[in-house]
Amino acid sequence: MIYADNAATTKMSDAAIEIMIKHMKENYGNPSSLYEFGQQAKEILEAARRDVAGIINAKPEEIYFTSGGSEADNQAILSAAELGKKQGKKHIISSAFEHHAVLHTLEKLKKQGFDITLLDVHEDGLVRPEEVAAAIREDTCLVTIMYANNEIGTIQPIKEIGAICREKKVIFHTDAVQAIGHVPVNVQEENIDMLSSSGHKFHGPKGTGFLYVKKGIALANLIEGGSQERGKRAGTENVPGIAAMAEALKEICDNMVENTAHIQAVRDKIISGLAEIPHSVLNGDAVKRLPSNINFCFEGIEGESLLLLLDDKGIQASSGSACTSGSLDPSHVLLAIGRVHDVAHGSLRLSLGEDITETDANYIIKSVKEVVEHLRSFSPVWRDLTTGKAKHLI
Amino acid sequence: MALYSEKVMDHFRNPRNLGVLEDANAIGEVGNAKCGDIMKMYLKIEDDVVKDVKFETFGCGSAIASSSMATEMIKGKPLSEVEKLTNQAVTEALDGLPTHKIHCSVLAEQAIKSALEDYRKKI
Repeated sequence: MIYADNAATTKMSDAAIEIMIKHMKENYGNPSSLYEFGQQAKEILEAARRDVAGIINAKPEEIYFTSGGSEADNQAILSAAELGKKQGKKHIISSAFEHHAVLHTLEKLKKQGFDITLLDVHEDGLVRPEEVAAAIREDTCLVTIMYANNEIGTIQPIKEIGAICREKKVIFHTDAVQAIGHVPVNVQEENIDMLSSSGHKFHGPKGTGFLYVKKGIALANLIEGGSQERGKRAGTENVPGIAAMAEALKEICDNMVENTAHIQAVRDKIISGLAEIPHSVLNGDAVKRLPSNINFCFEGIEGESLLLLLDDKGIQASSGSACTSGSLDPSHVLLAIGRVHDVAHGSLRLSLGEDITETDANYIIKSVKEVVEHLRSFSPVWRDLTTGKAKHLI
Repeated sequence: MALYSEKVMDHFRNPRNLGVLEDANAIGEVGNAKCGDIMKMYLKIEDDVVKDVKFETFGCGSAIASSSMATEMIKGKPLSEVEKLTNQAVTEALDGLPTHKIHCSVLAEQAIKSALEDYRKKI
């Protein structure tokens, strides 16, 4: 089995599992309890906070643990909107290919009277900083642009966008769910005010995540209750999960340089191999992309059948085809970079793990080629393209 | 539980009656690439009986399986029976489809109806 869907979720690291089990067994105290056993749990929590903060160059008190990336995105955006509303600022800038945790939250704010500008991400899948600058108005209260796209892996010019926001005194949030642990992130150097992250994308447990909020920005609560997380996120802390997330993050960051060199080399090998398939196109910039991300469109086929046949060959991948999403439209990300519906349906995303090998790469290339050829052999769309009845789009 | 029934997966992995029928006298094509499904059915009708049938499909697993199953259900059958083939019958023969995939069986029914229309126009 070749698991090539690491952008969906990752296998937990052994070290993280060990830490998690240890704390479940031995440190089940409530961090809010005053006796020593509770305070031990509190110390485990604070150690995790220091670790996470150190990795992104934040202060421990700027880290709020959440249930994952979606919660962090929701809280960050709604908090900035709340602050904006108080000052009569109800304009938010984002991009057309954000994760739904961001887009749906913005939809909600739109219904409450906020004006939302979604910037174009162009064919290369990159937001232009100058377009961010041009979109900022007197009443802009937030710019939220993802660090790296979850489908096509493109890495955005975060530092430049952050600098523009600093200069214009607008809060800058980034959904860094796909980036943390995979590329170096430094909130101070990159002028980031708020950042969302999710534990299970870097070999930590599901149901864990964190939100970084620069000191001085007031958070609004999503969950009311006790005074956990400096009163900003009620509910007894998931101590074993948080400790395991911090452990997984330390581990992956300690190995980032070697991981990147290896995964990127395998990625580029697969990209070259798949590019040999006629009428295929790599989605997203080839250079400014996550080391693990491969995303192609193949003309004349549909993504779901491609995934099912790859699964039969032991390869787990994903697609932006409408059929895999349960809606009629293909991926909003592929549409945002200008792929027409017909082409977007035939997409394939491979997101590699650190354990991927050259042999796996060869097998993936061979398998995808076979499956695409098979599906094209009885596709009426492909027939029309090859007989000249329809024009190739890619 | 798997996404699809074993029947669906069998017809998807080993589609019956795949390809083009060169001497077809009834051709039906439905769906569009924008929505992600196109089915094309080729029928050879003689003495009001479907003597042979082949299909080509661009679409998801259930679209391919639905067309394969539908061709099996009409092959060798008199037109009076073929006309009555419903999408429910195709879905049942496949041991069911997920709710959001029922439209694939509808497309199969429509592709056959469209081929029959094409045939009637010619005679």
